[in-house]
Amino acid sequence: MTRRLFPVLAGLSLLFFVGAPVLIVRAPYESTMGLVQKIFYFHFAGWMAMFLAIFVLGIASIIFLFRRIRSADQLAVAAAEQAVIFGLIGLITGPLWGVKAWGVWWQWDARLTMAVILELILVAYLLLRQYGGPGSDRLAAGLGIFAMANVPFLYISTEIWRTVHPRTSVVPTLPVDFGLPLWWSVAGFVVICLAMLSARRRLEEQRATLDELYLALEDEA
Amino acid sequence: MTRFLQVVWLVVRKDLRVESRNKEMLVTTLFFAVSCVMVFAFAFVRGGRAVDGAAAGVLWIAVAFAGTLALGRAFERERYQDALRGLLLAPVDRPAIYLGKLSGLLLLLAVVELVVVLMVALMFQAPLFEHPFRMLALLALGTLGFASVGTLFSAMLVRTRSRAVLLPVLLYPVTIPVLIMGVSGTNVLWQPEPDLAMVQLWTSLLLFFDVVFLTLALWTFEPVMTE
Repeated sequence: MTRRLFPVLAGLSLLFFVGAPVLIVRAPYESTMGLVQKIFYFHFAGWMAMFLAIFVLGIASIIFLFRRIRSADQLAVAAAEQAVIFGLIGLITGPLWGVKAWGVWWQWDARLTMAVILELILVAYLLLRQYGGPGSDRLAAGLGIFAMANVPFLYISTEIWRTVHPRTSVVPTLPVDFGLPLWWSVAGFVVICLAMLSARRRLEEQRATLDELYLALEDEA
Repeated sequence: MTRFLQVVWLVVRKDLRVESRNKEMLVTTLFFAVSCVMVFAFAFVRGGRAVDGAAAGVLWIAVAFAGTLALGRAFERERYQDALRGLLLAPVDRPAIYLGKLSGLLLLLAVVELVVVLMVALMFQAPLFEHPFRMLALLALGTLGFASVGTLFSAMLVRTRSRAVLLPVLLYPVTIPVLIMGVSGTNVLWQPEPDLAMVQLWTSLLLFFDVVFLTLALWTFEPVMTE
């Protein structure tokens, strides 16, 4: 299925990425921040793709842990890598925007701190996969569930504390001029995330098959 | 339910008995925590005066470091002569085993914290006895949050290689929120005139995280430990 799904997703993401610059350029300038505000179309879209990847990671981890389905574990590895990449996009674009909008690169407020913690957990997940050796897959699944449990805290953090970061409730109130390029970018990031997920999962699957074949060969020899 | 609690008690009693015979974990953890506080005291106390706000951080770092040491040993002990397999083969609820191990660790950490808190209060001139019950609540909830995740992870890591390195690598990112809340709450509490509403907020947040962590740990312990 992946083999047929991937070209479709890749084509779609190409479409979105060709269209995005046009829409972003045509969007009006924000009154106080001007040109800098346009980084928002990457920043927000990056985090949305990261949330998607983390939910895939968490749910795949639960399925693997309780049902022992191998392919769920392969999907979890792929999702964790995507989450790290898109989280990194958010963490890089955030300070670039912040230094213009707030005058500082970084502030240890609730939202930013939670974002870094989540990224750290995901990197720890990848370290575990890399160096844990045999038997670490179930442990990784447990960690994946803990990572997903952090997302709601991250999401509501701007509502509980007064932080420098804008509230989550800003997004649905955006006027159409800003909203269209924003959701277009989000769709683009989500589609490319899905495309890479499917490709990466297939790689993991083939790697597992190769390992099995090696083992079978050794048994025969 | 009584049977569940019985199992918890049996595991705790087993750990306490092993500990009372060689005192390995208690002595090493305690010594490590004390030397940790000493190192920080050398760094942060200048001319008899502590750097502002350092005390709360030192206290929680000492607890976290010593806790990691204890967590590493807690399940290492079960590896000898395949004791863990015996424990898991016993026809009892797995969550009860988890809770037993967790309770044993909490008891150990309580003793360590008693010494560490007194030391920090002494060396950093922290007003320890202004609000003893709030301090106790912060410490108890913070330690519970840290140890609940730690016990789960160290149990999972028993079968993995390079577990000594991986335990802190996995444990700290997940438990940073708990440590932040502990440090922030303690910091507010140790101000000359503490804002008690803020202390209350940090304490209730800690409680919230504890509930989430403990629920997740109890839920995942069984499938994670099954071969």
